[in-house]
Amino acid sequence: MTTLKFDQVSKLFRSTARGGGLTPALRKVSFEMQPGEVISLIGESGSGKTTIGRVLLRLAKPTSGTVTFDGKDIASYSGRGLKDYYRHVQGVFQDPFSSYNPIYRADRVYDLVRSSYFPEVGDKEWSDKVEAALDAVALNPGDVLGKYPHQLSGGQQQRLLIARALLLDVKVLVADEIISMLDASTRVDVLNLLVKLKRQGLAILFITHDLSLGNYVSDRTIILRHGAIVEMGATGKIFGNPQHDYTKMLLTAVPELHKKWQHAPLEPVAVSANGAGGGLDAATAEILTSDAPASALAQASILAELTHAEQVVKRDLRAVFGGGRAVASGKSQVAVALEPPALHEFEPDHLVAEPE
Amino acid sequence: MSVNVENLSVAYRSRRGDVTAVDNVSFALADGEIMGLAGESGSGKSTLGNALVYLDPRMKAAGGTVTVDGKNLPISDNNAMRHRRMTEVSLVPQYAMSALTPTRKIGKMIDDLLKSHRVKDRAEVITELKRRLALIGLKEDVLSKYSFELSGGMRQRVTIIMSTLLNPSLLVADEVTSALDVSSQRAVGEMLTEFRDRGYIKSAITITHDLSILAQIADSIAIMYAGRLAERAPTSVLVDSPLHPYTQALLASLPEVGVRHDQVTLTGIPGRPPSLVNPPSGCRFRERCPFAFAKCAETPPFEEIKPGHLVACWKVSQENADTAGAGQGLPVREKV
Repeated sequence: MTTLKFDQVSKLFRSTARGGGLTPALRKVSFEMQPGEVISLIGESGSGKTTIGRVLLRLAKPTSGTVTFDGKDIASYSGRGLKDYYRHVQGVFQDPFSSYNPIYRADRVYDLVRSSYFPEVGDKEWSDKVEAALDAVALNPGDVLGKYPHQLSGGQQQRLLIARALLLDVKVLVADEIISMLDASTRVDVLNLLVKLKRQGLAILFITHDLSLGNYVSDRTIILRHGAIVEMGATGKIFGNPQHDYTKMLLTAVPELHKKWQHAPLEPVAVSANGAGGGLDAATAEILTSDAPASALAQASILAELTHAEQVVKRDLRAVFGGGRAVASGKSQVAVALEPPALHEFEPDHLVAEPE
Repeated sequence: MSVNVENLSVAYRSRRGDVTAVDNVSFALADGEIMGLAGESGSGKSTLGNALVYLDPRMKAAGGTVTVDGKNLPISDNNAMRHRRMTEVSLVPQYAMSALTPTRKIGKMIDDLLKSHRVKDRAEVITELKRRLALIGLKEDVLSKYSFELSGGMRQRVTIIMSTLLNPSLLVADEVTSALDVSSQRAVGEMLTEFRDRGYIKSAITITHDLSILAQIADSIAIMYAGRLAERAPTSVLVDSPLHPYTQALLASLPEVGVRHDQVTLTGIPGRPPSLVNPPSGCRFRERCPFAFAKCAETPPFEEIKPGHLVACWKVSQENADTAGAGQGLPVREKV
C-alpha cells in the first residue's frame, strides 16, 4: 500500500530581491513512498529539497499538483482532520537549538503534545509512554527530563525531538538536515536510530546535502536540481552507477578520507606587477584576454553563478506555467524550463533525467 | 617556522570563575603549512583560533606565547594587535555568511577596510583584488553588489578574499565550509590551498568538525579534546593510522561514500566531553575511553611518538616505549 504520493507537485516562490520574479522551487515532482522506506532527498542549496518536506508538512502550499497520504489529498484536511494528519506526519529540523523555547524546560514539547492530542491520558500512563519513546531513541529519562535546553547536547536535543514525534502515531517522518549540526560522534547515533525506526515500519524522508550520510541510511535516493528530479532510484544503483552528469559532479565533490580530490591548479592569471603603473584597465584587460580558468574550482563557481542566474525568472512565469515553455531569464540568457527534464528508465528502479 | 604557539592557555571569564577553554596548547606551523584543527563542539578549537587573532572581552590569555615570523604576537594587547591583523594574522570568522554587513556594497566594505588599515596605495590593492576575484571565478561586479545578492558559496569566497587581501602570514579559517553544500565546499577548500600555493597566505589553521574536508586540504591535522590537543600528525598519518583512542573513535564514526547501514553499522562515541568549568584531573578522555587504565588519572604529556606525530595518551606512550628499538609499528585499531 502506498503511504505517500507526490503527483506532479510544483511550487513557485515570488522572489523579493531584483524585481520580484518567480522562482520555481519545485517543478512537477512525482514520487511514491512506502511504509518502512527511507528516501534521501539530495541536492544543493536551492534545489527544492526542503520545499518538498515543507509541502508534505503543509507548511507550504503547492502551486499545482497533489500530495496524497493514505489515498487522501492532504490539501483537503482542515481543523480536526488536519490535527489527525499531524498525528501521522511529523517533522524534525536542522537546528535543534531553535526548536526549543529556552525559557522552558526541554520536555515541555511533550506536555504540548499531551495537551493537544492526549488530554484524556492519565499521568502514570503518560509517563510510561514518554519513557517508552525516550527508550526508543536511546535516551535515559533521568538524563534529559526536567532539563533546560542549554543543559542538553545537540544530539540529545535532536533525539528528544524524534521521541516527540514517536509519541504520536507517526507514519512519516520528515528529517530535514537533522544531523548536519551535530558532532561526528553523536551523528552516527542519530543515523542508527533512524535505521532502527525504519525497521519498525516508519517511512522517513531524509533531506540532506551530505551524500555519504544519505547513502548510509536510505533505501532509495532522489537527486534534485533546480526543483526537478534528475535521478531517482535504489540507493545502491544511484551511487554505484550514477548516470546524470549532475549526480556525477556531486559525487566527485564529496570529500572522502582516503581519496584526495583531483586538484588541477588554476590557470595562471598574471602575477601582480608591482609598481608597473599598469592601472586598473590594463589589469582587467589582462584578465579578460587570458583564457577562462578550466579547473574544477572555476567550474564549480560558474555552476554556482548559473544556479543563481537561472532562478531569476521573469515575472509573467505564472501565466506561462503549465504550458511547458522555456522562459529566458532577464539577465543571463540562461533558460530554465518549467517543464522538468523527462525521466527515462535506465534500469529497473533507476530513473534518469535527460540533460537539461 | 612561520607560526609558533607555546603553552597557550585561554580562559573565559564567568561568574563561576574562569573556564579554561584552551589549556596549555603548543604547536608550530611551517611555512606553507595548512593545519586542520578538529574536535567536538566545545572542545576549544574556535577559541584557540580566535585567540590568535582577536581576543574578545570575554576571553583572557592565561599564559603562553605566540610568535609569527619570529616576532612575538601580543595577543592580549588589543591596540597592538590592531596593526598586526590583516597583514600578519587574519581571521575568516565562523558564520562568515553573515559576517558581511547588509548595508554596504562589497566594494565599499573593502575600501573601508583598506582605509582603516591605512593602506597607502589603495588602487594597487584593488587591482590585485580584481585579479584574485577573476582567479576564483567571481565577476568584478560582485564589488557593486550587496552581500544578500550573493549565494552562500559566493559570500564565503568574498569573505576569504577580504581576509587575505593584505597577504597575512597566518590565516585562521573557522568553519568556512560547514554551511556549504558539497560543490561549494570543494570550491572553497581548493581556494584555500590555491591561495597558499600562490603565497597569498603563508600558513593557515582550518577549524572544522568535518575531518573529511581536512583530509582534502590540510597538510597536518590536530585533534582537540576538552581544551587540550590529543593528537597531531601529518594528514595521511592521522587518517590512516591514528594513535589516540579519541581520534580512532572519531574516524570510526564517519560514514564513507558507498557504505550502507545494512553492510556496516557505524558506532558513535558514548558519553559526553567533560565540563570545562571544573575539569577532571588526568586524561580528559578517560571517562569515554575503552582503553583507560590506572595511569590515566595523571595528565598525559603531549609527546612526539614518531617524527611529526604527537600524541597525548599514556597507553600509546607505554606501547611505544615497549616496542622502541624493535622497529615495529604501533598497534592500530582495526578499521570497522
